Amino acid sequence: MTDTTPATAKIRPPRSQWWDVWDQFKTHKGALVGLSIFVLILLAITIGPFLWDMAPTYVDLRARNKGFSAAHPLGTDQLGRDVLARMMAGGKVSISVGLTAMMLSIMLGTTIGVLAGYFRRLEGPLMRLTDLFLALPLLPLLLLMVTLFREPLSKSFGPERGIFLLIVFAIGATSWMQTARIVRGEVLGLKEREFVLAARSIGTPARRMILRHVLPNVLSPIMVSATLGIASAIITESALSFLGLGFPPDFPTWGRLLYDAVDQMQLYPWRVILPGVAISLTVLSVNYIGDGLRDALDPRIRGR
Amino acid sequence: MLTLTLRRLLIAIPTLIIISLVIFLLLEAAPGDPLGDVPLTVPPEVKEKMRLALGLDSPWYVRYGLWMKQFFWVEPVHLWDALFGTHFGDGMQRVISFQSRQPVMQIIAERLPQTLTVVGLAYLVGVLIALPIGIISAYRQYSWFDNLGTFISMIGFSVPTFFTGVVLIIVFAVKLQWFPSVYDTTLQVTDWASFKQQMRQMVMPVTVLALYNAAQISRFMRASMLDNLGQDYVRTARAKGLTEKVVVLIHVLRNSLIPVVTVIALGVPTIFGGAIITEQVFKVNGLGQQLILSIHANDMPMVMTLTFIFAILIVLFNLVADLLYGILDPRIRYD
Repeated sequence: MTDTTPATAKIRPPRSQWWDVWDQFKTHKGALVGLSIFVLILLAITIGPFLWDMAPTYVDLRARNKGFSAAHPLGTDQLGRDVLARMMAGGKVSISVGLTAMMLSIMLGTTIGVLAGYFRRLEGPLMRLTDLFLALPLLPLLLLMVTLFREPLSKSFGPERGIFLLIVFAIGATSWMQTARIVRGEVLGLKEREFVLAARSIGTPARRMILRHVLPNVLSPIMVSATLGIASAIITESALSFLGLGFPPDFPTWGRLLYDAVDQMQLYPWRVILPGVAISLTVLSVNYIGDGLRDALDPRIRGR
Repeated sequence: MLTLTLRRLLIAIPTLIIISLVIFLLLEAAPGDPLGDVPLTVPPEVKEKMRLALGLDSPWYVRYGLWMKQFFWVEPVHLWDALFGTHFGDGMQRVISFQSRQPVMQIIAERLPQTLTVVGLAYLVGVLIALPIGIISAYRQYSWFDNLGTFISMIGFSVPTFFTGVVLIIVFAVKLQWFPSVYDTTLQVTDWASFKQQMRQMVMPVTVLALYNAAQISRFMRASMLDNLGQDYVRTARAKGLTEKVVVLIHVLRNSLIPVVTVIALGVPTIFGGAIITEQVFKVNGLGQQLILSIHANDMPMVMTLTFIFAILIVLFNLVADLLYGILDPRIRYD
């Protein structure tokens, strides 16, 4: 910031507002715990496979259904595959689906929200579209989309990438509506502000107006809904996998691991509980981060 | 109020038509073949005849129009016949499932009670738990009760229902053996013993769904109570010397319930969606399970009808929520 400090005040080094946000974020205990758990999970799925380099698809039929041991810290499944390695591989897919789907939904939501808020002519049709999407039965439609387009997409992109693209697209395309509504509301408020009027009076074109003045000012609600979007995308993906309509069996995700283990949950409850706890812990920590971010990004709460 | 109702109704109709078209076109664009399960030994000309019999040869708009007519005209007529014993609908072609060759509506009518009892009871229990928790949390903000409530509701909507369901099965059905793990769908409630058994098998699915709903509704209740507790009329009520019980439970509660009631109405259709997963976990033979079965079997009329019924529920309860808000809050009516 470049504002001049009065001579009487203590001179502080220039400080970006993100440090203020961080200071406020640090006071939210739940958010800090959530952030550290989320970072731990991220580290476990990115660095973990280098430390524990057993292949998640390696089948060892002599070591089926083993309990916890030094050779297999989390045991093995019904085909003798190492559960720890599968958990790490599954987490990688689950979290990357969550992140990519969130990015798609935020991009869609922000674009539609900004366009609807900024251009009055587009507002009616775009908001009708949003209302229409909100009235769609989303879970049945997601199930339909995934089942119906699974074959052709896995033929043209390969089984893994095809399903990944399909699931990310399906989740992204059905979860942008809340973001669009929030962003539109913020943009409508911003348009009445003096600095927008000033920028318009010197002839700023609409494109630069949006990129330079509008978007940076709607960043905080977008960041909050992005965080919460990761959580809901992870839940949706694992729900699809749980219904048997997600990724193929040899391509583990947390939801798929849970689905595969349900048949034998009476004998080996741990194989159900581990992926379930992983999903729940990730979603819980992301939700807490979102909660803390919402408080930290709200200037009315900040500094209290 | 009447104009508000009429306006909302007029918006609802085109919305429903567009949604039905979206679902139909999605099914149409899909490459799945309803005859895909027919054995390869069946000669092609027989297959062609089957295709004709299923009405798959006509263009999509004809089939869409036919479906619309069947759904909005033939099925209500048959419902009328069934209710009053008349015969107006004889000879009219109903929506037939590809899979079981039965009328779709008949299957839905068979499965609706299971979904309604489990889902409806769960929602009721969820609301009944959520309201007191929300009220106490707001009245004693930042107390240990409020903090615990916040934490539990955070867990409530972070832990997916399929995981809570499975954990409940492991703990209460496998380890403790208190409740049956699979919902016995053939059970007829005839006497006290079978009623008790029905209750026992409903405990777990209802708990799972109720917990999930209570988590969300209690948050809304708390926020709405907090909004109202700081208002001037509360100070006035206290200044008049009303007891704390009257102030909170009559003045504040009634005003705070306005937004919560609409949230409860809006939540009804989403729990039918959530029930898809819960029914799958506990093997309840409800509508959600039928949807999954039909999707796997490429049974297009069934999928189309069920999905559209879900859409009708959403639009209907949006309408109900809007109207309730108008009835409860006179400030909304006049814009």
